[in-house]
Amino acid sequence: MSLPIVPQKTYIIVFFSLIGLTLLTTGVAFIDLGPFNTVVALAIAFSKMLLVVLFFMGVRYSGGLVRIVIVAGIFWLALLIALTTSDYHTRSWTPVPDQWSTTAPPTHP
Amino acid sequence: MAHQFENLEQQQDADALGIWLFLVTEIMFFGGLFAAYAIYRWLYFAAFEGGSHILDIRLGATNTIVLLGSSLTMALSVRSAQTGNRRALIGFLIATMILGGAFLFIKGVEYDQKFVEHVVPSLDWAPEGDALAKLAPGGLDHAQIYFFFYFAMTGLHAIHMIIGMALLLWLVLKARKNSFTPHYFAPVEVVGLYWHFVDIVWIFLFPLLYLIGGRY
Repeated sequence: MSLPIVPQKTYIIVFFSLIGLTLLTTGVAFIDLGPFNTVVALAIAFSKMLLVVLFFMGVRYSGGLVRIVIVAGIFWLALLIALTTSDYHTRSWTPVPDQWSTTAPPTHP
Repeated sequence: MAHQFENLEQQQDADALGIWLFLVTEIMFFGGLFAAYAIYRWLYFAAFEGGSHILDIRLGATNTIVLLGSSLTMALSVRSAQTGNRRALIGFLIATMILGGAFLFIKGVEYDQKFVEHVVPSLDWAPEGDALAKLAPGGLDHAQIYFFFYFAMTGLHAIHMIIGMALLLWLVLKARKNSFTPHYFAPVEVVGLYWHFVDIVWIFLFPLLYLIGGRY
């Protein structure tokens, strides 16, 4: 790893970009974009995360091993969220044979 | 340098890998809450929208900026350690602690408001007036779940901040005893990575809790 000494200016530019993105995401919340409000808010949050990870945490300068660990962590989180939500979205599609359930089948919206 | 390492560079690599593995476990720790949030927001969409309208977007945005500022001073602390500037190191570490304290203070003000508005789940749940008007369309029981998420997620985040501030204090004391050199500053770097991680959690909590309901 051994992080090189990054010029102070770089950190300050990253900081002001983060502030700009914060103001942008707050401003967008006041405009009606329909479902895209959520998409924009999450896209901005993701860009802010990248700025922090790459510059403040110095991953831009770190080796392959650390990068693999981070990507694996994010991938695992994506699996957790994707599989859990897909389960909740699809579970009520599975018909339950009448003789298996004594009560009414569970209803999900 | 510890005896099990070939050289200093290898030791630094091992330190970085260790803290990153810890941070991945933290991703999964918070990830469980984020996944649960995603499901309940989908199930009780209107209630979550109403709940987010109760939160003060100005305080949330201010806190985001305060925390980003603390990440900047943390990054500059590590840089000062690299260049061997002890006075700047101590100064930036203390600045990080002050900004962290400011964040927790603002969070405390927000928590207090929730008690004033009686929107604390279980403990003080009796929304009335304006709050009731915002929460009623989504169903009060479901709105209560939103506030469970609000307190669980911001509370867990605040606990991480408190631990981070204790670690910063430890670094200040060590730096005063002249423990860090441009060749050995791993504790500063490791605490820095932890601090930035806690910042990233907030970067996602802010839109998910405050913004996603929309204010138009």
